[in-house]
Amino acid sequence: MASQEILREEPSRGSFVNDPRIRGLFFQTLVVIVLFGSVWWIVQNVIDNLQRLHIASGFGFLKGRAGFDISDTPIAYTSDSTYGRAIVVGLINTIIVAVAGIITATIIGFVIGIGRLSQNWLIQKICTVYVEIFRNIPPLLVIFFWYSGVLAVLPAPRDSYHLPFGSFLNQRGFYFPRAVWGEGSWLILVALIVGIAMAWFVARTARQRQMATGQQFPVFWTSAALIVGLPLLAYVLSGFPLSFDLPKQSTFNLTGGFQVKPEFLSLYLALSCYTAAFIAEIVRAGIRGVSKGQTEAAAALGLRSGSILRLVVVPQAMRIVIPPLTSQYLNLTKNSSLAIAIGYPDLTATAGTVLNQTGQAVEGVLIMMIAYLILSLVTSAVMNVVNARMALVER
Amino acid sequence: MQEHDMSWVRTEMALAQPAPASVSGPVAWVRRNLIGSVGDTILTILGIVIVAWVLPQVINWAFINAQWTGPDRTVCATVAQGGIQPDGWSGACWAFVNAKFGQFMFGTYPVEERWRPILVAILFVALLVPMLMPRVPRKGLNAILLFLVLPVVSFFLLVGGVFGLPHVETSRWGGLLITLSLSFVGIAVSLPLGTVLALGRRSKMPIIKMLCVIFIEAVRGIPLITVLFFVSVMLPLFLPAGVTFDKYLRALIGVSLFAAAYMAEVVRGGLQAIPKGQYEGADSLGLGYWQKMGLIVLPQALKLVIPGIVNTFIGMFKDTSLVLIISMFDLLGIVKQNFSDANWATAQTAKSGLVFAAFVFWLFCFGMSRYSMYTERRLDTGYRR
Repeated sequence: MASQEILREEPSRGSFVNDPRIRGLFFQTLVVIVLFGSVWWIVQNVIDNLQRLHIASGFGFLKGRAGFDISDTPIAYTSDSTYGRAIVVGLINTIIVAVAGIITATIIGFVIGIGRLSQNWLIQKICTVYVEIFRNIPPLLVIFFWYSGVLAVLPAPRDSYHLPFGSFLNQRGFYFPRAVWGEGSWLILVALIVGIAMAWFVARTARQRQMATGQQFPVFWTSAALIVGLPLLAYVLSGFPLSFDLPKQSTFNLTGGFQVKPEFLSLYLALSCYTAAFIAEIVRAGIRGVSKGQTEAAAALGLRSGSILRLVVVPQAMRIVIPPLTSQYLNLTKNSSLAIAIGYPDLTATAGTVLNQTGQAVEGVLIMMIAYLILSLVTSAVMNVVNARMALVER
Repeated sequence: MQEHDMSWVRTEMALAQPAPASVSGPVAWVRRNLIGSVGDTILTILGIVIVAWVLPQVINWAFINAQWTGPDRTVCATVAQGGIQPDGWSGACWAFVNAKFGQFMFGTYPVEERWRPILVAILFVALLVPMLMPRVPRKGLNAILLFLVLPVVSFFLLVGGVFGLPHVETSRWGGLLITLSLSFVGIAVSLPLGTVLALGRRSKMPIIKMLCVIFIEAVRGIPLITVLFFVSVMLPLFLPAGVTFDKYLRALIGVSLFAAAYMAEVVRGGLQAIPKGQYEGADSLGLGYWQKMGLIVLPQALKLVIPGIVNTFIGMFKDTSLVLIISMFDLLGIVKQNFSDANWATAQTAKSGLVFAAFVFWLFCFGMSRYSMYTERRLDTGYRR
């Protein structure tokens, strides 16, 4: 008690120079002053430089005529469109390649990651070699390899490779039949949506019934039948409205069909291969992170090995896997900016062109940064929702 | 004497059972690891098919059909393409790599001055190897030489302009020289900077904390290309008219800042893993903030996150290839630039050059990751429960 009273009587000994609170305040004030000083200096310099170079400021340039062409345009765009539209085209291209890459990389990554844990020596070694190769070379090199090493040396359109389902592969990319939706094909879409909704409903009721009575219901086959069968039925009923526009070979080029350009193809393949190696390591770590006791306990309960994986190991592994998986998805999205090196018009490429044409570097870089930040935030938000559903529910 | 009534006693020996399947030796190994079950056998066959399909092609391409020396493109082109090889030939054009090797290493650094980067490389290896070997003493002196003296000496050696050495502009640097120097300086700058940022992020001073958080999250949220764009396009705008920055220096700033933000998050992970008792113990000993961090917390925290730090290094080493976008020619950039050399343009040139570049990158990255695994094992002094 006595010592406590003494402490209370002497709140601070020594000079205030040694008081951490005052020191903190002093240093923070110093930092703020220095920061504001340099920001003010930079702003002054920027204003001076812009005036000297006769560069306008503000975002008015977004309404100006772009005047350059873009090779891949998912939305209507000509060189007469505005700069703003050009940037939007780039953003959409980034999103397309990122989403396609994320899906493929996840599939390859899970296969390779599980392969590395396989009992089978050969498969394990093959997967290890894959991971060790792709983890240790730069993504840009992988992109170049696909672009200049593989796709650029494919035969000319005249001697294209013929692939199944009427598709072709040549120097100018990959051609496959384009679906042409005829009149009444909206019925198919409606049927698909209804099928998915019904499958979800069936799964929910079956689960409730199993919880209540213990009786099982063949959910998988019913859902498959609903999701595939209903659109098929609609297809037949509406009088076969769907037809295919097949690519046709002529002397110098292929006409018709849907063309995937080599730029997109090499970017997509490279990002998928590269990120898959990292995802494989994450999946491996996740599965190994589930303690062996869990597997043994599940086996002691009499579950088969498939059910052990599906009901016990994977749900627990996913908890470990999802946070690093999210950051790999973000990395893939950011790496898609390497598109500029091979001329795929993604956000960085189109915004870079706009920046060079208008000279408005500050606004251009700002738009790029904000767009990527928003993409990152959206990806994180989606993955956080998934993570929350997977997380351990504690009482 | 007999307490239990034995109703039956075996009178003859049981028949010998067949010997159990052996659990050691090559046959048992194959049975266990390759053909354990039907599914396993199918997988093995699949694996053999993949290996049998890929491996001969790779070996054929890289060694058997490869052209090792030659004056120009004719050795690597088929007759139809104006060369000497038979139709359908496909092999690596190592002659291209051979002819351009000097460029791949030094860029357009003047040939008569190339002893300077070679000398720097020798000094670097001479200082790095004892640094990496745990048994060699005098680590402190070694570290000072490697991280403080060597950069200064290298700067004067490579740039020149003093002691009678001719000046070599950084725009003439290239190849592995740029890759290695960028990543070495990046590593030397990003680790301390990242540590300071991580400390700032965990600081109790709200303004410092906020600034660190903003910096780290903003940089981590954007691609390196955007950062490089930023430093190459915006930095000149930020400076007073007439003051210009070397392009190499700009790339250096971009790469270092980018890596520092990632490093900060890695170090923060280590700081968070240190039990509170360590902080309180240091406080109760009367240590100040920097003593507490420098003597107690950081040594433990950095040791914990060695794998993460090395991963960041590897990432940065790979990321230096992006300076190509702001038209600097690192190893990958110079390889790519040489594809357009009409003297060597064949169908195999690009593939060969890229495989060579990939091999060099792979060697460095793989070496780093193996060394980090070794260090991790060595420093593992019982944090594991």
